[in-house]
Amino acid sequence: MSKRVLLGLVLACGLTASALAQEPKTGGVINAVIQPEPPGLMLAMIQNGPTQMVSGNIFEGLLRYSPKLEPQPELAESWSVSEDAKTYTFKLRKGVTWHDGKPFTAADVLFSVEMLKQTHARARNNLAQVDKVEAPDDYTVVFTLKQPFGPFLGIFEVGSMPMVPKHLYEGTDFKTNPYNNAPVGTGPFMFKEWQKGSFIRLVKNPNYYEKGKPYIDEIYWQIIPDAAARSVAYETGKVDVLPGGSVENFDVPRLSKLKDTCVTGAGWEFFSPLAWLWLNNRQGPLADKRVRQAIMYAIDRDFAKDVIWNGLGKVATGPSASTIKYYTDDVPKYPYDPAKAKALLKEAGYKGEKIRLLPLAYGETWQRWGEAVKQNLMDVGMNIETISTDVAGGNQKIGDWDYDIAFTYLYQYGDPALGVGRNYVSSAIAKGQVFNNVEGYTNPEIDKLFADGAVATPDSKRKEIYEKAQKILVEDVPVAWMLELQFPTITRCKVKNLITTGIGVNDGFKDAWLDK
Amino acid sequence: MLSFVAQRVVKGVIVLLAIVVLNFFLIRLAPGDPAVVMAGEAGASDQVFVQQLREKFGLDKPLPEQLFIYVKGIATLDLGFSFRQQAPVSKLILERLPATLLLTLTAFAISLALGVLFGTFAARFAGTFLDTAITVFALIFYAMPIFWVALMGILLFSVTVDWLPSFGYETVGANLTGFAHVVDVAKHLIMPAMTLGLFFMATYTRMTRASMLEVKRLDFVKTARAKGLSDAVIQRRHVLRNALLPVVTLAGVHAGTLIGGAVITETVFAWPGIGRLMYDALLQRDYNLLLGVFVTCSVMVLIFNLITDLVYRLVDPRIEFAA
Repeated sequence: MSKRVLLGLVLACGLTASALAQEPKTGGVINAVIQPEPPGLMLAMIQNGPTQMVSGNIFEGLLRYSPKLEPQPELAESWSVSEDAKTYTFKLRKGVTWHDGKPFTAADVLFSVEMLKQTHARARNNLAQVDKVEAPDDYTVVFTLKQPFGPFLGIFEVGSMPMVPKHLYEGTDFKTNPYNNAPVGTGPFMFKEWQKGSFIRLVKNPNYYEKGKPYIDEIYWQIIPDAAARSVAYETGKVDVLPGGSVENFDVPRLSKLKDTCVTGAGWEFFSPLAWLWLNNRQGPLADKRVRQAIMYAIDRDFAKDVIWNGLGKVATGPSASTIKYYTDDVPKYPYDPAKAKALLKEAGYKGEKIRLLPLAYGETWQRWGEAVKQNLMDVGMNIETISTDVAGGNQKIGDWDYDIAFTYLYQYGDPALGVGRNYVSSAIAKGQVFNNVEGYTNPEIDKLFADGAVATPDSKRKEIYEKAQKILVEDVPVAWMLELQFPTITRCKVKNLITTGIGVNDGFKDAWLDK
Repeated sequence: MLSFVAQRVVKGVIVLLAIVVLNFFLIRLAPGDPAVVMAGEAGASDQVFVQQLREKFGLDKPLPEQLFIYVKGIATLDLGFSFRQQAPVSKLILERLPATLLLTLTAFAISLALGVLFGTFAARFAGTFLDTAITVFALIFYAMPIFWVALMGILLFSVTVDWLPSFGYETVGANLTGFAHVVDVAKHLIMPAMTLGLFFMATYTRMTRASMLEVKRLDFVKTARAKGLSDAVIQRRHVLRNALLPVVTLAGVHAGTLIGGAVITETVFAWPGIGRLMYDALLQRDYNLLLGVFVTCSVMVLIFNLITDLVYRLVDPRIEFAA
């Protein structure tokens, strides 16, 4: 055989092998970490992160979203919008069944909407613009809005609007329904077992409507409360998937270098977690805009990114993350400039009044960040006192407006009308809540811009409004924006196609497969 | 003896009631309540939502009424409902009880057996190199924080030599049964039980050593020696038995706290026990669950105190059951 033929054969084999490698294989078990242990799995009742991560496999929404946040079919196979942008018609997929074998129909969608309005705070807000929901037939659902609502197509992913089986929940007491502990959805995996404190086991739904999917037979979500122990569990091969945020950030570079390890920052586009400091605008020195601007100049956010977050993430420019719609970086800038911060403090007449800083009790990384910010602020002459509490205590203090500066991070949900406006409009000020406008910022112009932005058409008009709002906010500094956070997902490289949408791991493992 | 036990039980019930009332108010002194925690986790909160949760948890009622409802429940052995975990508190505690008892009783046995053994040796060879070596060994494990010993154990036995699993109660997904399952659980148990056991061992070692040295100086030991008894018999029958009284007291106190006393060990080794349940309940302000664990622990302390009093009698027949 000539060398050339041999080379050709080798190349051909190589190509075939790589082509085969792309063909999903069926079977296998994925061991993933879930942290902390979810309080329950009924997504319509509980909306915390771990619940969504596990239950995103059990339940489904009408739509999913691509990394660019374009809507994609899930339980709805197509949709259309009327010319006046007030009527949205969804055509549902046929042949979908709940895990107990009953068919999924438009009646379930109508019921879910009504139930979520009672049990799901975010869904209730998202659905506020809906005038009525109707089902002309078993596979069509029509939402009629009171007025056009720009982000409407963005509220249908599984965590925001999970579909609930009407036949199991109608007429029951939602909070004590036995199916809360053995959830029944339409998703690619079915709930099998939950050994509290140890693991949650999901098994393949053999009747899933997408033929051939899911590829994986079982998922074990392992509950390991200690961050160092979670890293070790991955190192020793006991788990294959560490979803974003499940190990301390300073462990990420070390774990990334392990053999057969793949790391991705993808899958957070829909959430776009943005970290900032609540600044209590109501009282004391922070009521002065110049002091708030000084804080922006005083904090070395590049240091926080490079050292505390190990280079992961991006310095925030303002109220919108760069991954969501209508983001602009054409806003006033606040580079690290302690001299300017000192000058602004002097101009504002700051005389060393005590300022209470409330770090976030989410583990080591956040604690270190609190220390770094305290150091930065003390360097420019601010008198900072750190208040140490646990999460519950911190939430209470924020809800009672009993703080001066407090760390937080919040999801943006893809559109300023869903995840940004709520933090700055005056109608979102109310004592006792942990999120929304807890800084107490009031500006009638901002109120109007966000009110207009939500209902404006066409898209170009919305863009114009939100860009203007971003400029005003960045000038006023109602809160001090820190970083666009990145929570890398660490997996064995044999786990393929784990993250395919902008919702990431929270969207379920239906496309994932194991290259054994 | 029966009237002694009956009196102790009545006293115990009164103490328990006092504990319940005190804890009920104490945990409500901490800032934040379950509604605030859950609203925070939901990533969205408005007042309607928080208020709904408070009503659901019964937190909108006046405090005395909440206390009355709770005590009434306890009287009928109902520890209440954990709204956070959507399950009755007694079910949650009973689910975790076997794992906790397995861990803490094993650790207890290790610490007591090794502690008394080492303490006896140290006393027997007091002032020698062996005595110093035992004391230093025991103190090292007492002085080091449990989480540190645990992490070093994981690093050595799981990561470096890969002999023992680093977390959990059993190999998840292996579905082992019979003897294979017992071996699997035992392998998972070794590190957490040793970590906890070695920590408590130090106190028993020191206590046994000191107590034995003290007893050795007493007259009856001289008498025994004068009678011509062998050293081994004197040590075992006369010295050790008398020296054990303070050790039994200490063991009684420890045994009572076993249920909730392994929080750190359970957390580092992901051991699904009550200590972790209690810790999570505290962070989440899951009042009913937290109180439920407290009540269970208090009952255990009271029971073990009673047992300790009874064991005194066995160890030292001079003690009588004074009613």
